[in-house]
Amino acid sequence: MSKRRVLGLFDGFDPAFAAINDIKAGNVSGVKLDDIEVLSPIEHPDIDEVLEHRKSHVPKFTLLGALTGMTFGFLFLAAAQANFLVQPQGGKPVIPLPSNIVLTYEMLILFGVIFTLIAFLTSARLLRKRNPLYSEQVTVDQVGVEVTLDESDLVGLKESFAKHGVLEVREGAL
Amino acid sequence: MHTKDINENLPWAQINKDVMRSMMNPRKAYWVAIVVCIAMISCAVAAEIYQYNVGMGPANLNWPHMWDLYIATFIFWIGMSHSGTLLSAILHIIHADWRKPIYRFAEAMTTFSLMTAGIFPIIHIGRLWNMYWVLPYYSDRGIWPNFRSPLVWDAFAISTYLTSSALFLFIGMIPDLAICRDNTTGWRRKLYGILSLGWRGDDRQWRNFRRTYLLMACFLIPLAVSVHSIVSSDFAMSIMPGWHVTTFPPYFVAGALYSGCAAIITLFICLRYFFRLEDYMTTAILVKTCKLTFAIAMVWTYLNLIEFASVWYGHNAVDKELLLSKFNGPYAPYFWLMLFCGSVVPFALAFEKLRTHLPTMMVVSLVLNLGMWLERWMIVTPTLSQGYHPFAFDVMWPSMIQWAIIFGSFGWFGLLFLIFVKVFPCVSMYEVKEMCYHRKREAMGIGHGSTAGGAAGSVPASKSDLEGT
Repeated sequence: MSKRRVLGLFDGFDPAFAAINDIKAGNVSGVKLDDIEVLSPIEHPDIDEVLEHRKSHVPKFTLLGALTGMTFGFLFLAAAQANFLVQPQGGKPVIPLPSNIVLTYEMLILFGVIFTLIAFLTSARLLRKRNPLYSEQVTVDQVGVEVTLDESDLVGLKESFAKHGVLEVREGAL
Repeated sequence: MHTKDINENLPWAQINKDVMRSMMNPRKAYWVAIVVCIAMISCAVAAEIYQYNVGMGPANLNWPHMWDLYIATFIFWIGMSHSGTLLSAILHIIHADWRKPIYRFAEAMTTFSLMTAGIFPIIHIGRLWNMYWVLPYYSDRGIWPNFRSPLVWDAFAISTYLTSSALFLFIGMIPDLAICRDNTTGWRRKLYGILSLGWRGDDRQWRNFRRTYLLMACFLIPLAVSVHSIVSSDFAMSIMPGWHVTTFPPYFVAGALYSGCAAIITLFICLRYFFRLEDYMTTAILVKTCKLTFAIAMVWTYLNLIEFASVWYGHNAVDKELLLSKFNGPYAPYFWLMLFCGSVVPFALAFEKLRTHLPTMMVVSLVLNLGMWLERWMIVTPTLSQGYHPFAFDVMWPSMIQWAIIFGSFGWFGLLFLIFVKVFPCVSMYEVKEMCYHRKREAMGIGHGSTAGGAAGSVPASKSDLEGT
């Protein structure tokens, strides 16, 4: 059975959430919660609850980046200072901790920020070819519910969308 | 008098339209400002070419005045950069949603202030072609920069701050760039298409966007504090009178926030006029910014008094002499003008009538920044004029070359800023929509989570209900 992708555009969050709740209640056969995506013009706090708290892995990358930056920063400075013996140290330690803490701290933040950015680009699936079902109305004021499903379940989904006042339905192959 | 931060009944399509229109069709004053900025930059370029050819002599930079107005102005611009990103990050974390219509240009101000500040050490070293020596790269001679020097910390800290704040600005703009992509044609559509990175506003993107933005805000707060603390270390870690002061880091950070807030007021009023953004940059938001600026002005005044008291009761003869010389010596007029501009004028911000009068606030914000610029000058120059060696005591007045370059730096900042606000939306469209949406729900007595629980039918949150259209 071929898979289809359907985008229903709604006039606000409530009809869109109602349509999703309909699917969650099992009123549309063959569609699971994981098959649903919500497209919206703003970040609505209730989307997470409706979609049952999908996770973001960005913080893990942030922590990894911060630790990498801290380690790299300190080792880089220490390695440079260890090669620095040609210059007189004036009785001071070759690898001074207090001053190195400052630069280690800066590197912690820099790497943390860069890793966070990379994690965002990959986790949010940016920099990919745009989905042909995209509607420019989503950046204005409409809320889209995109569902991936078998072709045989299409009729049920469209009926459910219609029941909740869908403005427009677009469909395409997966 | 209580007015709303924003009219929550603004239709979302109207928000897109208004902000997009502002980018296409500013008032004539915008173009006049561009011409003025270019003229100012021309002065600086001519002065720098002369200085480059003749040497640092025409800038009056001779011992003991190895640093002077260039470094004072460098600190000024670094300070100016602080309020944008720092306040935006703090206000984001504490969910102060009134920041939403104004944070974009404040963050841009941070980025361009840093780009302006970065020019001054380069100009100051005279031998521009050797500026890369400050970077920690491996050379054949095995020589590294001195990592114990606060000047090298500066290079690291400012590069980190510039990178992080530019990324913070960019990430916060991605959903708006997608709006621009969908509503423009020609080169703008291509540019926004590339920069929006394929944003489509799905839940995965929003979820990761929210976490990313919050995490970056968390990083930027300590970073911003560390950057200006490190800049203060350039002075505090020396043993010069007037500089070797333990309160310098918080004093610098407070001064930075102060000048940044004053600059936000100036730019707020300019942008509101240039782009006809009265519906978004409202007087209610200006009043909140003014209150914040007043609070920071009082902190700055307190830290000044603490510094004077520390020197006075510290009984270090040289420090005390320097302080007395600031009070009644050759720099006294500038010192008292600094205190007047920085500690007395901000009381204008305490009066509701003045806070809501835009021309007055424009003048006050400029005077506050004059005071903050004088503060940096009064940190650097008097100490160099009256250090530990009486035979080197002198009075330094900056040369025309220095004045021209400093004058031009304002043009450079202004030009970068004005180009930015013409090419990119200076009001965050998606966040203004969020602000309107949530405020409307609050007004209707609908809390967070009321929709998700499955009671969708009971919540009148369709577009027409919430937009009031």
